[in-house]
Amino acid sequence: MDLKLKIWRQAGPDASGKFVEYPIQDISPESSFLEMLDILNEQLVAKGEDPVAFDHDCREGICGTCSLFINGRPHGPDTAITTCQLHMRRFKDGDTIVIEPWRAKPFPVIKDLMVDRIAFDEIIQAGGYVSINTGPMPDANVLPIPKKNADLAMDAASCIGCGACVATCKNASAMLFVSAKVSQFALLPQGKAEAKERVRKMVAKMDELGFGNCTNTYACEVECPKEISVTNIARMNREFFMAKIS
Amino acid sequence: MSSTFYSSLTKKYVMSLAGLFLLSFLLVHLSINLLLLLDESRGLFNEAAHFMGTNPFIQTFQWVLFGGFAVHMLVGVILQIQNWMARPKRYNKKAVSEESYLSKFMIHTGIIIAVFLVIHLGDFFVLKITGQVPEFAGHHGTEDMGLLVIEKFKMGGYVLFYVIVLIFLGFHLDHAFQSAFQSLGLNNPKYMPFLKGLGRILAIVIGLGYILIPLVIYFK
Repeated sequence: MDLKLKIWRQAGPDASGKFVEYPIQDISPESSFLEMLDILNEQLVAKGEDPVAFDHDCREGICGTCSLFINGRPHGPDTAITTCQLHMRRFKDGDTIVIEPWRAKPFPVIKDLMVDRIAFDEIIQAGGYVSINTGPMPDANVLPIPKKNADLAMDAASCIGCGACVATCKNASAMLFVSAKVSQFALLPQGKAEAKERVRKMVAKMDELGFGNCTNTYACEVECPKEISVTNIARMNREFFMAKIS
Repeated sequence: MSSTFYSSLTKKYVMSLAGLFLLSFLLVHLSINLLLLLDESRGLFNEAAHFMGTNPFIQTFQWVLFGGFAVHMLVGVILQIQNWMARPKRYNKKAVSEESYLSKFMIHTGIIIAVFLVIHLGDFFVLKITGQVPEFAGHHGTEDMGLLVIEKFKMGGYVLFYVIVLIFLGFHLDHAFQSAFQSLGLNNPKYMPFLKGLGRILAIVIGLGYILIPLVIYFK
């Protein structure tokens, strides 16, 4: 496949940045999107140019490190996958592919397509600890947890914190991420002890960091690689309300 | 306390509750307007308008209504400005991922409705409180508000403007209703499809209901 890449290049956090076009030839439809970028970078290095900086780690869709806003969508044209799971067969020969970094005030660009997502860690930190009793191993099932709640908590916990929800939201809101992190504990008895304090502090931190407000467009749910449901946002709205009035 | 008041979630609760309250006002207003079609002599409509304009409870409650509008608009604008600030550098290319397309334009449809509201108050409310409405023939002390409405709805340009604004109001309500329940944390997979459907029906009924009145009067 022969393609034209239009990539955002920015030398550093304070540099202005601009789009640069790179033609690339003979890309196999079987190669992954990140492999295609690896090939481009090898060519750039061979020519003595600066390679394109982008985040990646596990390359199997579980770490949440890869990002990239591809042709107007986070993680590219497929749903329920991360950029590393995207393959070039989803594109046509001769296509122009526009690649941008996540755009949000709390996610400043470090270089090219890499953004600083430490804001998510700060929200997690603000949530604080979860009380765990130490001592001998408790009996299994000593704490009854309905199957439904266990499943919902597991679904919420599958959030990999990639930031696609913020990237696609027209308001750069982090509500889907924060609500998933609130829900995974709020749904389980172990998380109940600090539930009120947790939701208060996480929401306060989210606001303080400058994420936008949720306007219920549900774009986050559409683009989330782990298909986190917006019912988590409703749960957080409930949890926060109850925490505030009590 | 200040963090409670300024929290993004608190602002959303306020938006939702004010919005649902304004929706109830729209339904009451629509039912009174429909009296114009029910009774061509304007008697029923003028009587209802007279009641609304003189009943002490309604007169007091009217200030709550103005407050509801003010809060809904003010908080809406604050939320929107914060949302614009959250993405200082915009995307070069952005696909549409929103589940509800109309949800992207709440501030735009909202502003159109707010502008209409000012004109609308000037056309009717201000004339009424300044005593410029003629008396309803044969009914001492009752103003002929119906005549005022009919005169307006005989003007083609006004009818067109009114219809367009009311279509935007329908768009606004379509997203607003289910969104209010989501913001209040009342989203449950069991009944959310019903609420979305009900919101759409309300948007269509209210939009078309209001639009029907000037069309009937204009073309009669």
